[in-house]
Amino acid sequence: MLDLIKLRNRHGYQSIRDIPNAKLSGMHRGFPVIDESKCMDDCQKCSDICPASAISLKPLSIDIGKCTFCGECERVCGYGSVKFINEYKSGSTDREKLIITSNKSFEEFRKDAIIKRKEIHKLFGRSLKFRQVSAAGCNGCEMELAACSNVNFDMGRFGIDFVASPRHADGVVITGPVSKNMAPALMDAFNSVNEPKIVIAAGACAISGGIFAESDELNRKFFDEIKIDLYIPGCPPHPLNFINSVLDFIRKK
Amino acid sequence: MNWTETKNLKSVSLEDIPQLHMNELRTQIIDGIKNGRRLVQFFGDKKDGRLILYAVLADDLTSRLFIASSKFGNEKEYQSITPEIPAAHLFEREFYEQFGIEPKGHPWLKPVRKGIAGISSEEIPYNFFNMTGEEMHEVGVGPIHAGVIEPGHFRFSCHGEKVYYLEIEHGFQHRGIEDLFVKNYNKSLYLTKLSESVAGDTVIGHAGAFVRAMESLGNTAISRRAQLIRTIMLELERIAVHLGDLSALSGDVAYLTGNSVFGALRTKIINTTMAICGNRFGRGIMTIGGINYDISSKLESEIKSILNRLSDDADLAAEVLFSSASVLERFEQTGVIEKETALEIGMVGPAARSSGISLDIRSDHPFDAYQYFTVHKLTLESGDVFARAYMRFIEIQHSIRIILEQLANLQDGELKCPANSLQPDGMVVSLAEGWRGEIAHVIITNSSGNIKRVKIKDPSFHNWFALALAVREEGVSDFPLCNKSFNLSYCGTDL
Ligand code: SF4
Ligand code: SF4
Repeated sequence: MLDLIKLRNRHGYQSIRDIPNAKLSGMHRGFPVIDESKCMDDCQKCSDICPASAISLKPLSIDIGKCTFCGECERVCGYGSVKFINEYKSGSTDREKLIITSNKSFEEFRKDAIIKRKEIHKLFGRSLKFRQVSAAGCNGCEMELAACSNVNFDMGRFGIDFVASPRHADGVVITGPVSKNMAPALMDAFNSVNEPKIVIAAGACAISGGIFAESDELNRKFFDEIKIDLYIPGCPPHPLNFINSVLDFIRKK
Repeated sequence: MNWTETKNLKSVSLEDIPQLHMNELRTQIIDGIKNGRRLVQFFGDKKDGRLILYAVLADDLTSRLFIASSKFGNEKEYQSITPEIPAAHLFEREFYEQFGIEPKGHPWLKPVRKGIAGISSEEIPYNFFNMTGEEMHEVGVGPIHAGVIEPGHFRFSCHGEKVYYLEIEHGFQHRGIEDLFVKNYNKSLYLTKLSESVAGDTVIGHAGAFVRAMESLGNTAISRRAQLIRTIMLELERIAVHLGDLSALSGDVAYLTGNSVFGALRTKIINTTMAICGNRFGRGIMTIGGINYDISSKLESEIKSILNRLSDDADLAAEVLFSSASVLERFEQTGVIEKETALEIGMVGPAARSSGISLDIRSDHPFDAYQYFTVHKLTLESGDVFARAYMRFIEIQHSIRIILEQLANLQDGELKCPANSLQPDGMVVSLAEGWRGEIAHVIITNSSGNIKRVKIKDPSFHNWFALALAVREEGVSDFPLCNKSFNLSYCGTDL
């Protein structure tokens, strides 16, 4: 009993108090800041090396819906044209806005990355339950989504939770590039959630196929048929990115 | 037995690997295993249009590996090894699925990754084992599970609460990883990133096995400093997952203090990993020829103080967890795997060590910095959930000690040495002790020195069957607990 009290005492209070303003280690590779003016003519080292084919040239841009945040482009560029900063909030309601171009600052990106809708706030602003569907990724995204509910991040305090049954859910969070073998189950789960419902694609794999995009074993028809309401980049997305992106989407301001 | 003798990470020339008649290969595999060797790999590859089956056996006591092969002509079948060596069952099924050669007499010739879920009319539907009898019933779970975890299908045949039989259907996470390796053979950076995503909870384990295999085939040197830092990263990965699993095991028996405390400790470790390389799971640090991120002396002292404090915290938390009667009541004598069974089915990793098998690749087939010091192999005997949980705790403390010692040994050295081109017509077997157990990557090159085959084995490949056996005769409600005590990888198995 004494040990138990001692343990509780040592454990202390572990939750991050202010989730929207929490900062990450300077090492974290979050938002890419691009300055094309530093590029040398015809250099294409970054796009050659990118494992996710996320970089386009002329004009230089990085698609953070494909990016695995490996940092290799920053390392290989000798001119400082690409720099990943530790700002992690990269969710967007619009797939196109995930393509980051030269001189786009993080603040500018954030200004209209997430378009709020009145009815979303009205329906889900105070309680939002998700059915998570894991479909052929590497389990990295799943571990970070699970971490959202642990003592450190405690997403439940905002009324947001993952639930077991799609019947109890208000939406689906998809991770992984969706294998042929998981495509039917994903569609079943989606169809089992009652209207109105929202769909979130979390992680590079779900958003674009990620590192597995070229595989013959995928079936991404779901994304042709169903509109995604919120994209949350990362490989995997940090729990703070997930929680804050969802909060920005469902909250009034 | 004239098999090619080699060792972990020592590449061999393909032409030196003996080709035996399949009957002979089969007999020699069976003899080898009956004499204490272990089946590490068993897979096919096409060379000049002909199919070749490779088998790799390990002699763990003498740190040797043995490789032999057999060439197939028009034969469409061979005599199955599984009836004599159950540990071969999944390897043979995989070989059949990938190349269509039937192991005759295989007692359980079911799909591994394809032909599941009835997704295509050309595929034969998965045929579940069926128990009949009055009051027999089935419980089906998945592919989508209750929690935020990977997909897979479990089917329990029960009588009342009691499980008689569990069948596990895999393949839902199949995303064609081995093919992606070969298709992108000329993009070594992509391949390194891909190896990080074989199993996202074993980033360092799998990426490490891959880059070392590439270094061996390219005869690429790496500095002592890089080896030490890789070793530290691998041990951090082990500590993090073990803490996470102790948290989850506590949660499964509704022991909330353990759930919170171990969970928070895990966060401290993965945040340390992030402080080193910018990613909580160690993504980005591994590269062919060394590492991408260094540990500065400031970071070094931070890591030391975090680990020292964590060691005390974990001691206290374990003391409380493992002395709670209600926890022990659930953990002890639940999901027992006897040593004999464990040996027979070829179990690996901490789960095997919890059943009394003394096998640890860090000590038996050392790699990276494990070549320079001794890793003591720790075993427990009871083979139950308790042993698998307690093993996690012992290994956490052991890994903390390893890291603290190795931090003191850090000496100056290149972070990354230039990578050379690969040896043509070569093969390398790269073994590593991930937190789940033995990881085995095999890479084969063609005559131009390009990658032509990558075979990956996650330890889960061996251990899933152990889970199926562990729940027999237990209540359905003990399944989550048994499952978590192994915490096996779906994506690592499905590839
Ligand atoms: S950080 Fe992103 S854009 Fe840069 S190389 Fe890696 S995957 Fe490509
Ligand atoms: S996005 Fe990255 S972390 Fe997430 S499942 Fe895909 S490979 Fe894994």
